[in-house]
Amino acid sequence: MTAVSVQSGTDAGYICTMPLPVVTVRALSKRYGRTVAIADVSLDVYEGEIFGLIGPNGAGKTTTMECIQGSRRTDGGSITVLGLDPRRDATALRRRIGVQHQEAQLQKRIKVWEALDLWASLYDRQRVVDSDLLLERLGLAAKRDARFMNLSGGQKQRLFIALALVHQPELVFLDELTTGLDPQARRAIWELVRDIRARGSTVFLTTHLMEEAERLCDRVAIIEHGRVIEMGTPLELVARHCPQRRVFYSTDEEGGERLHELRGEGDDFVTDVIHRIAQDGARVRGFRTEVPTLEDVFLKLTGHAIRD
Amino acid sequence: MLKGLLKLSWIEMKIFLREPMGVVGSLVLPVLLFVFVGRALRLSPRGVENPMARLPFNIAILTALLISLGAVQSLVAIMAIYREGGILKRLRATPLSPVAILGAHVLVKLAFTLVAMMVMILAGRRVLPGAMPVSGTSFIVAVLIGTTSILSLGFVMASLVRSARFAQALGAALTYVMLALSGVFFSVERFPRWLQVVANALPTTHAVTLMRAIWAGAPWVTQLLTMGALALIFGVCIGFSSRWFRWE
Repeated sequence: MTAVSVQSGTDAGYICTMPLPVVTVRALSKRYGRTVAIADVSLDVYEGEIFGLIGPNGAGKTTTMECIQGSRRTDGGSITVLGLDPRRDATALRRRIGVQHQEAQLQKRIKVWEALDLWASLYDRQRVVDSDLLLERLGLAAKRDARFMNLSGGQKQRLFIALALVHQPELVFLDELTTGLDPQARRAIWELVRDIRARGSTVFLTTHLMEEAERLCDRVAIIEHGRVIEMGTPLELVARHCPQRRVFYSTDEEGGERLHELRGEGDDFVTDVIHRIAQDGARVRGFRTEVPTLEDVFLKLTGHAIRD
Repeated sequence: MLKGLLKLSWIEMKIFLREPMGVVGSLVLPVLLFVFVGRALRLSPRGVENPMARLPFNIAILTALLISLGAVQSLVAIMAIYREGGILKRLRATPLSPVAILGAHVLVKLAFTLVAMMVMILAGRRVLPGAMPVSGTSFIVAVLIGTTSILSLGFVMASLVRSARFAQALGAALTYVMLALSGVFFSVERFPRWLQVVANALPTTHAVTLMRAIWAGAPWVTQLLTMGALALIFGVCIGFSSRWFRWE
């Protein structure tokens, strides 16, 4: 007689689906002389997401980003990026991240292909992508031989994205990427940023454009006077702080057209209104909804619009 | 990182050549000055055996010094412009070492100084036969050693100034001072004591001493003290710059 005892694994079937943090910042602070640039900033950025640090100019976005990149000394707190200490392991980190700076320039007379060629020579050859393919992907193939000074604002930004991507970095930093660009160029750049994520890199960006954050970011942190005042997905933040919805519609009545305005909260509100109108059998001429945006969240949290 | 250094140097060389005014000002003009002054002296009706003897200073050494100072002015201006445009900051965000980022510019300046000196020596052999030094190579090496030390002072200037406009003004002003005190025009020994101290603290003065000696055919061993002074100034300037150089 043999007794066979089979023990089923208790936790064996459990698979952790939580993505790994690529950037961990705890209680970060930084002063310039007596001016406090950032105070007690804590945040996590997870693998494969587009994370946006949003806030008005001077809120501490760039300083935070530069501390994370290791190009700025911190006054307190801890930072881990890709498992590295950005100051101590600066060179090792620079090989694995891609960077785009706000309002950066290149040598006026450098040609597009030369810039890519130079950047490609600075990284591990195995990781470097074919620069012609990269130019193609960023819509710069026709500008290969153009000098930097002859590029448009949008083309310059696309070149900086190309330089940030030349070594297939695990983490890409984009600082105020679309500032100064026209709406069309901006939309084209958003597509490129989504493409970076689709290819497996994590994106950390800063912007003072709420529309950009809303359209592009998986998660955002709102920073104001050097402090992170709120964090979450754009939808979460809107639901948490500005849950109110408004529906405007007009119906044909005996006396002519009649306008209606309804206010309510929650995701089901608009659906409920539509059901009610359908039940009433009213003849609807116009229908419009107003859903709050991140801009409204910012206004509610700070008491001022972001452009102030 | 040698590959990155060489690639950056090569690109910077091409970029420099794309700016015609820079090339004319720092390379072509000094050589033209040398050739024309040399020719004018040679073709003078009285005729002289050694045209150099007619001038109170050596036009070849003055030309070499102008080329060298042109390189320094250009370096200071480039550093300030690159800093203002965020180019230095962007390069700093790559794995390229800071020494390579700045060293590339030293290489470029030395390369163009070398070319200008070769053109000057060759032109001199044609225009002023017999008046040129026996060993053009030694003279060029002396100029390059002097230029390296003067370039290090350029990094001190680049560390001190913020704006590109001010950098160019300061570069020009210091160039005139260095030129006047270098001993090319007046003998340093005739300066008042305090001015001698100032002159000896400047790399140009020792560079001129070295060029003059090598021009006259002095063996290198006799110039160890002068080269030591140039090396000391280089060390102090680089030490200062590595502490105070601003990348943005």
